[in-house]
Amino acid sequence: MLEIRDVTRRFGRNTAVDSVALSIPHGQMIGVIGRSGAGKSTLLRMVNRLLDPSQGSIFFDATEVSALRGAALRGWQRDCAMIFQQFNLVPRLDVVSNVLHGTLNRRSTAATIFNLFPQADIHRAIDILDRLGIADHAPKRVEALSGGQQQRVAIARALMQDPKIILADEPIASLDPMNAQVVMDTLRRINDEDGRTVVCNLHTLDTARRYCDRVVGMRDGRVVFDGSPEELTTSAAREIYGAGDDFSEAATSTAIEALEPIRDFVRAPAFAL
Amino acid sequence: MTLTNTAGPAAIKADYTAMVQRKRLYSGALLIVFVALLAAGFNLADRRNAGGFWDGLHKILDFPAELLGEAIGKAPALPGHLLYYFPAMLETINIAAVSTLIGALIAIVLSLLSTRGLARWPRLIPLFRRMMDIMRALPEIVIALVLIFILGGGPIPAMIAIAFHTAGALGKLFSEVNENADLKPVEGLASVGASWLQRMWLGVLPQVMPNYLSYALLRFEINVRASAILGFVGAGGIGAELRVAISWGAGRYDAAAAIFLLLFLTIVAIDQVSSHYRNRLVKGR
Repeated sequence: MLEIRDVTRRFGRNTAVDSVALSIPHGQMIGVIGRSGAGKSTLLRMVNRLLDPSQGSIFFDATEVSALRGAALRGWQRDCAMIFQQFNLVPRLDVVSNVLHGTLNRRSTAATIFNLFPQADIHRAIDILDRLGIADHAPKRVEALSGGQQQRVAIARALMQDPKIILADEPIASLDPMNAQVVMDTLRRINDEDGRTVVCNLHTLDTARRYCDRVVGMRDGRVVFDGSPEELTTSAAREIYGAGDDFSEAATSTAIEALEPIRDFVRAPAFAL
Repeated sequence: MTLTNTAGPAAIKADYTAMVQRKRLYSGALLIVFVALLAAGFNLADRRNAGGFWDGLHKILDFPAELLGEAIGKAPALPGHLLYYFPAMLETINIAAVSTLIGALIAIVLSLLSTRGLARWPRLIPLFRRMMDIMRALPEIVIALVLIFILGGGPIPAMIAIAFHTAGALGKLFSEVNENADLKPVEGLASVGASWLQRMWLGVLPQVMPNYLSYALLRFEINVRASAILGFVGAGGIGAELRVAISWGAGRYDAAAAIFLLLFLTIVAIDQVSSHYRNRLVKGR
């Protein structure tokens, strides 16, 4: 259980996140929606501790994540993988090396500086890439890959961490609709098959409805909606986005096909990597 | 894993492992060659030493210790020395400042003339490049000695010598900055019928000025030291005073310490002032 207890974050005079309280059970897939500047990214960054809360605390099971320091903090960051909108990979290194970065917290600094990763790790990295359908690109430099492929490399790095929870900060915002679907399908599969918690910031309502078990809406740093995808009606969306009656989802929808919920799709037996 | 790993992933694993092993082999071999060269080079250098390198090694700190000891012994005289040598320091800074300014102005012209895509006469790029090579190749102390022989001692020959070297050194750095400049504004100005000078002045310089400035300020710092050294050969300034103070057995190490302190403070001051103004220029206030 990930518990966010009345967390506030201020930047100078601005309050980006304003006493947010959420509790997220293990294995849930959550979508966080809200317009730009609503505090979604800041919230995820505080959970990963890329940012520190100004007030409040974050607990994971019995551990107070927001109080960790040094090695314990880096250990938490290993257990809590992060996926970024702009992928945040090292473009000049090859795909497998980028995926192997997921093991940095477990290996000694000296060995990793000289690029000495165990054979078993290299094989596991290629297995993960194969699971995501990009094993063919293993020896290529990341910068030679398309956006969708790079995002899958980033997901592979996250899986390499063997995390308990995956945070995705607008993972599909810089992808075309086809690649966006592949990435969201992949995140959903990881949630279904491995049982890892996924928290995903999204910009598109149809994506949130289609892939998530639960949707949280944020506005001006506060949680203004928390419910099932079915409860996310157009009027609820207007409330979250602070839009008037002229707000139409269809105008900006990026979905290719009809919006059928696929949340009950093949729950394959969980397979471990 | 699932049972889909038939030929595909297995082959990829084998290929990638082979690649990693090849890379490790290469870097291992390079490391061995590097260590061997280092050891061989060290032995050669050791044999070519005139005196006993190993006999003298433990005495290396004797001179600084003696200097510091004497300076601390005569500490009360230090403020007086600082005041006494300050005009000489100013002269050295003046030599450095004027030579940096003149050198940088020549460097701007040379760099624009020798950058591909910007040059006024593209065919003459090699000529201007070789000119800058010559300017960098000649040690400023050689130029200064020749000029002092012809023109007599004083700050002017030192200034010319340092400016000559600075033009070559900064010209190379500036031309690398120019290569990274965006050519679209230059094309935009060409489309309105601007002359070459107008295109450079209004299209290129606004882009490259912050980088020019930070390189020039770094060069200013180097030139302060260079002009202090030229004082040793008769160019005046703090170097001439240092030469007198630091000669062995004169019993004036307290004065030498004061001069080193002045040089250090000057470098610190230049560093502080330059980072302040560079930030203002880059961030547009």
